[in-house]
Amino acid sequence: METGSAADTGTTGAEPVWTGLPPRLLSMRRLLLVVWLGLLALAVGLLLGLLVGPGWAAFALLPLALAGWGWVMLGRNWRSWRYAERADDLLISKGVLWQEETVVPYGRMQLVEVTSGPVERHFRLASVQLHTAAAATDATIPGLDPAEAERLRDRLTELGEARSAGL
Amino acid sequence: MTAPGVEDGVRETPPLDERRLHPVTPLRRAWAPIAVIIGWAVHDPNQAQEQLARLTTATLLIGLAVFVPAAALYGFLTWWFTHFAVTDSELRIRTGLVFRRTAHIRLERIQAVDVTQPLLARVAGVAKLKLDVIGADKKDELAFLGEDEARALRAELLARAAGFAPETAHEVGEAPSRELLRVPPRVLAVSLVLTGATWGALAAALVVPPLLWLATHSVWTVLATGLPLLGAAGASSAGRFVGEYDWTVGESPDGLRIDHGLLDRTHETVPPGRVQTVRIVEPLLWRRRDWVRVELDVAGSSNSVLVPVAPRPIAESVVARVLPGVTVPPRSALSRPPRRAGRCLPVWWRGYGLAVSDGVFAARHGLLRRSLSLVPHAKVQSVRLAQGPWQRLWRIADVHVDTGANKTVTARLRDAQEAAELLGAQAERSRTGRRDARPDRWMAP
Repeated sequence: METGSAADTGTTGAEPVWTGLPPRLLSMRRLLLVVWLGLLALAVGLLLGLLVGPGWAAFALLPLALAGWGWVMLGRNWRSWRYAERADDLLISKGVLWQEETVVPYGRMQLVEVTSGPVERHFRLASVQLHTAAAATDATIPGLDPAEAERLRDRLTELGEARSAGL
Repeated sequence: MTAPGVEDGVRETPPLDERRLHPVTPLRRAWAPIAVIIGWAVHDPNQAQEQLARLTTATLLIGLAVFVPAAALYGFLTWWFTHFAVTDSELRIRTGLVFRRTAHIRLERIQAVDVTQPLLARVAGVAKLKLDVIGADKKDELAFLGEDEARALRAELLARAAGFAPETAHEVGEAPSRELLRVPPRVLAVSLVLTGATWGALAAALVVPPLLWLATHSVWTVLATGLPLLGAAGASSAGRFVGEYDWTVGESPDGLRIDHGLLDRTHETVPPGRVQTVRIVEPLLWRRRDWVRVELDVAGSSNSVLVPVAPRPIAESVVARVLPGVTVPPRSALSRPPRRAGRCLPVWWRGYGLAVSDGVFAARHGLLRRSLSLVPHAKVQSVRLAQGPWQRLWRIADVHVDTGANKTVTARLRDAQEAAELLGAQAERSRTGRRDARPDRWMAP
């Protein structure tokens, strides 16, 4: 699944046009994983090696193995995330083992939020979160291109206003 | 005590018709410091007794002479600084002596209005007005108002919320109410006797203290556990009987009227179109008599009961009033999960069921204590499909429907193909269902 500029509208009923997340998100997550687990491996290896004995330093392989496993998992998870803008609602699909697909009609959106932390900003990423009147609605699209995130926000707000329904 | 215009010189806002609460209110507020003392005495009885023994009559009198006026002053000041006013679109409450708080409540966002009368308030002829607003954690309340004033204010708030012109809102008055259902005390008593929770609480209160006595031989431990247990048993049996006594449901243009209580009377009003979900609960022991309990969720309000107990046909007719144009799907209309769902949830899979009609999404769960949740399509905020790895193996999926009252209704263990279709269809229905829904201001021309 590759990133593409979102196709403008799919008509309701027709097969939705899915959009994946940018590969930069995967790079960021993998980098964070490697950095944190690498530091952990270093700390474990040094501490055990110096304090207990050189043989014990082999425990440092554990975080490294975890990092390798996480590397694959992050890739699968990244591939599973996708969203589609249809004429009247937004679809978000995610999860590998535990799959979840969310449908939010535009008219129900109370608030669209775009957030971006320092690391995300460095990777030119921003997340879009939709709030409806139901707290259980968990409609977040993590790590979009900032321009795309803003386009999505404006479009959702516009559509939300046009189809506003409230509670 | 009168002349509210004294401090008006410095106020910058245009003069509103600001009102104060009933003059009885300070008496209620005066209890707060005394409650603190009593709380301390209960919390630490030994020390309290020591301190009391050291007091002479003189110090006691001096203490009283200081304490009582202080409490009275506190009560008086909190009363003096609480104002409220009804404008065209808002209810404004100004309160607070040191920390000022101003609440502006938009009338068309009001989800429910309750008038409650605790026992003492009934004696004094006053009432409390509570408002449910979306997004607020606690109910905003006006305590206390004169009984007639509370009634008139409720009528005025509802009339303005309904969209009557401000000039006529006063004259509209209390909308006439038509009784839909009244629960006889005998039926209520029998229903409580047939509830498992009542017996569970009673059994716990009777069994646990003797066991503890045998184990510890300590009076304090037994008392500390026994008293709360007894309290819980009392609350779940006698307390519920007293609270749900003379339960009356009425229908009026203002919405649904619910009146109940033996000692504390409560009068609730739920304006039309505010109900997010309705649950029809059927405990095991009620099944033979075909009785049900109906609960409803309103945004911004805690779980509330619509009918504590009623025969099913009557309860269903009340539900039809709450959700216009909706018929409760009969048991035969509910489709069960496929047989292979038993691999995901043995035995209990039989308790689940689903029916989707023009008006509602209805999902049932529970094997012994059946509970059928109804969500009008217009109230659905989002739809989710979830599937775990084990469920995927058996081609089973769950469909969650989120509503505005922060409640999620789940159709569990559906066939995966069916669930996927349901997801799309439900999103479509919730979108179109809104078109026929009534506006927030239901009486507006």
